[in-house]
Amino acid sequence: MRINFTLNGESRTLETDGDQPLLWVLRDELDLKGTKFGCGRAACGACTVHVDGDAVRSCSFPARYLEGRVVTTLEGLGTPEAPHPVQQAWIEEIVPQCGYCQPGFIMATAALLAKNASPTDDDIDRNIVNVCRCGTYVRMRKAIHRAAELTRAAAPAEPADADAGAVPGAAYPAPAAEAAHE
Amino acid sequence: MSDATADRAPDAKPAKRKLSRRGFILRSLAGGTGVMLGVGYLGRNSIRREIYALMDTVEPSYLGDASDPTMWFEITEDERIRLFSPKVEMGQGSFTSFAQMAADELEVELDRVEVVHAATATGVVDGMSTGGSLSVAGLWMPLRTLAATLRATLVAEAARTAPLINSGAAPDSIEAVVNGVVSYAQSGVSKTYGELAASLSARGAWELAETPPLKPISDCRFIGKPIPRVDLQAKVFGEPIFGMDASAEGMLHGSIVRSERIGATLVSADTSAAEGMPGVVKVVREDDFVGVVAETRMQAEAAKRAITAEWRTERDWESADIEAMIRVGEGTPMVIQREGDAKGALEGGDVVRAEFTSPIGAHAQLEPNGALAHVEERGATVTMSTQVPGVTRDEVAERLGLEPEAVNLVPTYLGGGFGRRLHTPNAIQAAILSRAAGKPVKCFFTRKEEFQHDTFRPPTHHIMQARLASDGRIQAMKHEFSSGDVAYGSAILPDAMNQVLGTDVGAFRGGFIQYGRIPHHEAVSWHVKLPFATSWWRSLGLLANTFAIESFMDELAEKAGQDPVAFRLAHLADDPAGQRLKRVIEAAVDKAGYRDEARAGRAMGFACSTDGGTPAAAVVDLSMVDGQPKVHDVFLAMDPGFAVNPDQVRAQCEGAVCMGISASLYERMEVRGGSLRPVIYGPYRMALLRDAPRRVEVELIDGTGEPGPVGEPPLGPLGAALANAIYRLTGERRRSLPLV
Repeated sequence: MRINFTLNGESRTLETDGDQPLLWVLRDELDLKGTKFGCGRAACGACTVHVDGDAVRSCSFPARYLEGRVVTTLEGLGTPEAPHPVQQAWIEEIVPQCGYCQPGFIMATAALLAKNASPTDDDIDRNIVNVCRCGTYVRMRKAIHRAAELTRAAAPAEPADADAGAVPGAAYPAPAAEAAHE
Repeated sequence: MSDATADRAPDAKPAKRKLSRRGFILRSLAGGTGVMLGVGYLGRNSIRREIYALMDTVEPSYLGDASDPTMWFEITEDERIRLFSPKVEMGQGSFTSFAQMAADELEVELDRVEVVHAATATGVVDGMSTGGSLSVAGLWMPLRTLAATLRATLVAEAARTAPLINSGAAPDSIEAVVNGVVSYAQSGVSKTYGELAASLSARGAWELAETPPLKPISDCRFIGKPIPRVDLQAKVFGEPIFGMDASAEGMLHGSIVRSERIGATLVSADTSAAEGMPGVVKVVREDDFVGVVAETRMQAEAAKRAITAEWRTERDWESADIEAMIRVGEGTPMVIQREGDAKGALEGGDVVRAEFTSPIGAHAQLEPNGALAHVEERGATVTMSTQVPGVTRDEVAERLGLEPEAVNLVPTYLGGGFGRRLHTPNAIQAAILSRAAGKPVKCFFTRKEEFQHDTFRPPTHHIMQARLASDGRIQAMKHEFSSGDVAYGSAILPDAMNQVLGTDVGAFRGGFIQYGRIPHHEAVSWHVKLPFATSWWRSLGLLANTFAIESFMDELAEKAGQDPVAFRLAHLADDPAGQRLKRVIEAAVDKAGYRDEARAGRAMGFACSTDGGTPAAAVVDLSMVDGQPKVHDVFLAMDPGFAVNPDQVRAQCEGAVCMGISASLYERMEVRGGSLRPVIYGPYRMALLRDAPRRVEVELIDGTGEPGPVGEPPLGPLGAALANAIYRLTGERRRSLPLV
């Protein structure tokens, strides 16, 4: 099917199988490899991208739902010359180890901060629910707070939205039962 | 013990393998290994002593055959130094340490050094693995020696080609070497490394200079400093650096039919439905597997699901079957440590006894296993994440009927290793699919396949026994433990060595009793082969063995009415290992303000271990929330010998703390109806950000001036420290991992 959507600020028209997950559209059809495959079941978050500003696990987002939507991947977030505050914080805190899960965490964090630039530790715990096997969580928490600081410094002060802690789509429920994934 | 092995021993006792003047010659030794073994009872047996001697002769964890500095270093046209690493980067930060070591000895700025993986066709082939926490330790001497020799060779060329001064009467002398530029004293001329390398190359063969003395650490600008990771940018901006990111012109996607059941062998497969499916290019049937090649991954996966395979299994395994096998007393025993007469001292009454268990553990690294293979008529190229590039290459070559040199194994950055990428049959499968399709084929596990076909951390069972003397000191202690394969059957440790050693050198990591002042102590390893693959998992037996021994130490301290830390210190031998352990114990306890009592709903737990010569001690501080432990703070002290990059050593400690909490509190694979389960994150419960301690403080001690293992040792104390804290808080002694 033919799909029109916006990818990293550019209008795109794509001819693809509507059942193809967004993850493989990005990686294999558009050669954007910053979005990673971890599990294919929305359980690990390595494939997190933004769809209309929400953190979405692209492995479980069929291409047919892309029509008219705005997609941002890690490649569209920032560059070495102009890093996104989350990327800047990740560099300052030297977060990555193997690095494979980091794009998903960076995207999930950017989505959280866009809605809540002053997340508490509880906000972070509720919203950043990806899996990192190297265990970089300690530096990640520091980097998220640092990124929030950078975000606030870059934007005019706004009253905090009390309900902004919960980001739709960011916190996919952990799969309730394994049977659902067989 | 065979005569053949005994005959081999004399050959296996060469002089210490030091780098020769020619510097770059490190010939492969059959059967060498970087596994660091504890000394003790094993060392008393003459044949085993020969094996230890052999192991001692090998530069730890490096076996290469490069005799040419240009196989290690390339000086690029833009005056950068490219270092081709035989060790892979899987998150441990070794590339950064290599860059530091090279930059210091080459006299260049750090940003001039670029570390890349050596492909087997063009670079140094390490006959061993990246593992055992030995990359930096193993290349500490060889890499600096190579870099220093390269610098001396370039400077010698500068001297040979010096401009003449004093009206041509004499060659100018060299004044300085700064950031890859050699400047002369009087003529005002200078030459770059690139120009000197070109000059050397133009003369044909390089003549290597004598290796100069290595720089003292105090003169180093990068070694020992907390340098940011060299791969930060690639990893923060999502560059395609991982095996799964590899692609090739005309690439197709493959998928392999795998049984869910343990021990299944393929009987037949009906592939007719798959063959006509959209995008399917080829269905491939080999003796031992069926696979499909299609245009997209989704098409390959769909076609795979359309194949009806019949499997033969001998039985439907259940967790209870596995637990019955992994019992002290089942399988083959081997005494690995014996001082005094523990058996005699533990006869009669008043023996304190406790049993401990640990579960099957999954690696659960985020990047699944797989490979991109391109097999052509004369050779093959395989691009992938592997911890054993040389072994993978040889296995692919053997299966394809090619010479090893005809296969170029191109290692990529690993999306997690942890021991999972020491077995790489996936490379062979991708290669066979590529050969059949005549195109490059990328073939990766699904997550379910990853969970069911992992090479798991084997479950363990431990029996601890001890007798306390009337003064509260431990008179005798015995640790018996049972485990499945860890090092056995491993491609990187020859079977002959396992037979000679008689025990699994991976399973017994951390199994030794480290309290030398206990007059009678003994450790016995029982070994069983399980019906599914088990292997190396970050720190091997260390986590489980330390869980048993160090939980038991707290139990004994309580019986003796003593503070757990003081009790341990009282039993440490006054030898170098004991002194190093004592220092980290005191450092962790001081940092934590350790106290042996619950206060305000929180309690601390302590444990310590020594792994590969690296002592580590941890204090965890936790509370119980809705009946679940909530870890607040962890204080960890470790003596890695010398930290080449203190920041990355800290990062390894922080990561090990989180992974140790995850494995100790939550993780468990089960066997149900003949299958390993669960098959997805979530049901395979792992620590998430919310489970990580808010505070992890790491204290590093440079105890020897030489880097030792870093990545695995800090995992050791976690399980026992958590169990000890939970006991302190709840009065409930939990003796099985996971603790929740």
